[in-house]
Amino acid sequence: MSNHDQPNTLRTGPDENGRFGIFGGRFVAETLMPLILDVEKAYDAAKADPEFAQQMTYYFNQYVGRPSPLYFAERLSEHLGGAKIYLKREDLNHTGAHKINNCIGQILLAKRMGKGRIIAETGAGQHGVATATVCALFDLPCTVYMGTKDIERQAPNVFRMQMLGAEVKPVTVGSNSLKDAMNEAMRDWVANVEDTYYLIGTAAGPHPYPEMVRDFQCVIGNEVRDQIIEAEGRLPDTLVACIGGGSNALGLFHPFLDDADVRIVAVEAAGKGIESGEHAASLSAGSPGVLHGNRTYLLQDDDGQIKEAHSISAGLDYPGIGPEHSWLHDIGRAEYVSITDDEALSAFQLLTRLEGIIPALESAHAIAHVEKLAPTLAKDNILILNLSGRGDKDLATVAAHTGSKLGGVS
Amino acid sequence: MSASFETRIDRKFAALKKEGRAAFISFLTAGDPDLDTSLKIIKGLPDAGADIIEIGIPFSDPMADGPAIQASSGRALSRGQTLSKTLGMVADFRIGDDITPIVLMGYYNPIYKYGVEKFLVDAKKAGVDGLIIVDLPPEEENELCMPALRAGINFIYLTAPTTTDARLGRVLEHASGFVYYVSITGITGTRSANVDDVAKAVARIRKQTDLPVAVGFGINTAQAVKEIAGVADAAVVGSALVNTLQAGLDGGGNATPTLVEDVLSFASELASGVRK
Repeated sequence: MSNHDQPNTLRTGPDENGRFGIFGGRFVAETLMPLILDVEKAYDAAKADPEFAQQMTYYFNQYVGRPSPLYFAERLSEHLGGAKIYLKREDLNHTGAHKINNCIGQILLAKRMGKGRIIAETGAGQHGVATATVCALFDLPCTVYMGTKDIERQAPNVFRMQMLGAEVKPVTVGSNSLKDAMNEAMRDWVANVEDTYYLIGTAAGPHPYPEMVRDFQCVIGNEVRDQIIEAEGRLPDTLVACIGGGSNALGLFHPFLDDADVRIVAVEAAGKGIESGEHAASLSAGSPGVLHGNRTYLLQDDDGQIKEAHSISAGLDYPGIGPEHSWLHDIGRAEYVSITDDEALSAFQLLTRLEGIIPALESAHAIAHVEKLAPTLAKDNILILNLSGRGDKDLATVAAHTGSKLGGVS
Repeated sequence: MSASFETRIDRKFAALKKEGRAAFISFLTAGDPDLDTSLKIIKGLPDAGADIIEIGIPFSDPMADGPAIQASSGRALSRGQTLSKTLGMVADFRIGDDITPIVLMGYYNPIYKYGVEKFLVDAKKAGVDGLIIVDLPPEEENELCMPALRAGINFIYLTAPTTTDARLGRVLEHASGFVYYVSITGITGTRSANVDDVAKAVARIRKQTDLPVAVGFGINTAQAVKEIAGVADAAVVGSALVNTLQAGLDGGGNATPTLVEDVLSFASELASGVRK
């Protein structure tokens, strides 16, 4: 994968060992190692096969509803009084988030590999729903691991997965959230190596997952390039996206990494505040370590034990981050900032009222940062915010935090 | 390839070869249920018949382990066990025993965070003979395997039912001490190994190496130890010992007065499987 002909590009990673600088790699048990190598081989073959790309495009256009619009948020721009803000409407995709892009790619790969069973982990449930959806479409049995804490706060998505025919397995170990769901999915995989494909939902895990998930999500940034040139005749000045594992952000950022004038900002979840210790800001407050098959920034103590993350947003509630983000952080190509639960809640309401768009709490973190950033930028600064998902799933959480009652009229 | 140095592991297997029997290897997690109790058990294991002692390094996210060892890791961490304390336990054990090999088993992150070079110096000084690190396959050998060999510590590789003959050569390239065959596809303590399948797998491994072959995951009774000892060079028991330990805890998770004795007498029973 390394490309020695283009020394000035940041887009050729990972290397043949799955590394982005020191990050990434293949830190898995021997039982899984032959499978990981099979996935890599199958993905390399798929990448070289024009038919695979055609299939992807077909499902993207006909099933997901791509391209997703790039919408000029005029009222939000006016309200903030700075940058000209565009929203990349991944919330309008089938199933309501960017997650489906990756699931289409991986289910086609699993079919090519002849796998008969799909497993996945999920936090907010968006990846679980997207996985259950493609499993229904391709008629494959599906098991989704989800922490009990997330099952509680994302009940509508649990029901959606069940309606789609997936088995949702509650995870009661550890902190009962996304990291533990991933542990359980890996335990399932190691016990069912023969027929099972693990459909990882973000650009993390052992090589080739970080690369593969990123590639499938790059449709976001590639569309944005064309759309903004059509709308404005030039590239954007600023890109903003939220990050948990970081797949929606990489999907937007990656096609612009080599455009040095494009400022790239990623927004982590600061939970109750970085200083409170209850947050999910791996890059802002973590250190490099090895978990879930890759080396990356992690929230951990001095003994290398992984700490529990906290975020109001289940999709960002993870103590790690994709390895390519760790690398982009260390080389300084992208800025990593953080937003608290309260700031995200307020941004959730702002976008809903100003634009009539109810964002996912994950995406609300990006909006909250744009609230701070946009007023400092010139009016001709073109800022693109990745609206990674819709917020229907979060209504109960928002109601609980704002003291409202679902369905209550006062 | 064999290592250019000799450890207590090499000497132990050489001695057992003369005796004409297989080794019994015990696994328990360091600091479970608390440091003092854990140390007492470890000090009693050689007399109970453990030929090699595996000590688990507790980790918050033990992805290859089943419920028993997950819980044991959790108990140790909740009582404040750290890698530094685990090395201290080994050093303490070594005061009274300079013969029984000690192997640390666990996941890479606590060692990575501790610092690989510092860890190897401290582990060697404490009297550690070998390392089994579940999430370091040969593809990541430069992380710890090669530095460990330079430090005179065996790096013990896992092989699995999914490891093909073609891949086995790669796995064995820098293996030393012994080879650990994971007898089931799955996590620890959840399935029983089939001895005929194990025999075939061990024969397959022996075609490619002279190192002793230990078998673990899915061995839980003296009878199972005996059967495995008939086809391999060592049998490893972990989850069953951990379950016995767990049964000796009171409602508050504290050791009851008979816990140490209960665990050691179960270890003796298991050890009889390699001796009859």
